[in-house]
Amino acid sequence: MAADSYDVAVVGGGLVGVATAWGLSREGLKVVVLDEGDRDVRASRGNFALVWVQSKGLGLAPYAGWTIRSSNAWGGFSDLLKQETGLDVCFQRPGGFTLALSEKELENRAATLKRLREQPGMVDYKIEIMDRERVRQMLPDIGPDVVGGSFCELDGHVNSLRLFRTLHKAINERGVTYLPSHKVETITREGGEFQLHTQGGTITAGKVALAAGNANMRLAPMVGLECPMRPERGQIVVTERLRPFLNHPVVTLRQTDEGTVMIGDSKEDSTDPSGLTLGVSATEASRAVRMFPLLKSANVVRTWSAIRVMTQDGFPIYDQSETHPGAFTVCCHSGVTLAANHALSVAPMIARGKLDTSLVAPFSARRFHVQEAG
Amino acid sequence: MFKRLGDTGATLTVTIDGKPIRARIGDTVASAMLAAGIDHCRTTPVTGAARAPYCLMGVCFECLVTVDGVGSRQGCLVPVAEGMKVETQLGKREAGR
Repeated sequence: MAADSYDVAVVGGGLVGVATAWGLSREGLKVVVLDEGDRDVRASRGNFALVWVQSKGLGLAPYAGWTIRSSNAWGGFSDLLKQETGLDVCFQRPGGFTLALSEKELENRAATLKRLREQPGMVDYKIEIMDRERVRQMLPDIGPDVVGGSFCELDGHVNSLRLFRTLHKAINERGVTYLPSHKVETITREGGEFQLHTQGGTITAGKVALAAGNANMRLAPMVGLECPMRPERGQIVVTERLRPFLNHPVVTLRQTDEGTVMIGDSKEDSTDPSGLTLGVSATEASRAVRMFPLLKSANVVRTWSAIRVMTQDGFPIYDQSETHPGAFTVCCHSGVTLAANHALSVAPMIARGKLDTSLVAPFSARRFHVQEAG
Repeated sequence: MFKRLGDTGATLTVTIDGKPIRARIGDTVASAMLAAGIDHCRTTPVTGAARAPYCLMGVCFECLVTVDGVGSRQGCLVPVAEGMKVETQLGKREAGR
């Protein structure tokens, strides 16, 4: 095998790509990760780092089961990474909240959860609506505007930048080749192999896993697949390090293992990661202070925008190509939550050359074509 | 360690962790602490290492102290006032303080 020829080329060096590459390397394959450069869009450096279950699956029930599978696998996944690298990604699963700041918000929340639960084929998992007093017992610092919330014991969070570093260290130690500044321009398939033509030269591989986030939309048609995306922008506000006061992550606000408080969850139709909209971060901060008034005097040390990887309907896409055997898409919004699945479930499927339809059939992009879905 | 160049000017009293020290009107909290021979004003949130005022011009954030109950004030940017209560900030700031 030539030096620039591999069993699998993973396109994309973000969380989805490196988690998949790590899993492929555990299967004994020779793997290359093709990444863009640090001046390109870097969704995996800007995320909020929840390992989150509650609310997932509204509109596609199997997504709830898929998410719970990853949430349950996460502890073992982080242990494996720690054994290999010595690094702790600080995974915690204390259960998480969505908080309501008005009776109307709480009613809407309860209605959403009811619709979620009543879907056909919905896996049963516990999400409770709690009144203010029950929330206060678990989150003693809530402000007077908090009327209640929903709690799911499966929710957790992680140190996302450390996860990213840990996975990169792990693939490096396993001998995976990581090639930055190798943006894939075109993909061809000749002689039973794929040729990936990049900024940095042509790479040959037996299989291709497209894990390029929003760029999968451009790449998938080159291998007979499709990956419709609708990127959106989120903004995050970060405070100075504070003594621990928040024992449970809230979907819009969490205290990291290092003490900083991250405030986020905004959504804007924009693909410009360099812009910040003051009104958006001010609204996020204002809601955070209403939830936890003690944040009023905290100093903000950072704000940033990042582009969310988002498929057109928000659910993951896993596919294998019929016209280009050996080509796969691994694409989703929740690269942190689903990292355990990508490493421990999807990568072995790609290594075997066949997606396990009992697990991932609902996530084929064929769902976007009702007539053809069969 | 530090010595004032002259010894003129009106003075006032502030407390550092409850202990009164004399400062000059126009001193910043950081310079008053240094002049009083205090060798650190905080410990870091991560390792707990001791830190003292450094740049004295609002840039380095080494001189963070609690002033009259408000944490993470930059001592080099806060002028002293009679009766001001300054506290050494130990580790992470307490939320709401």
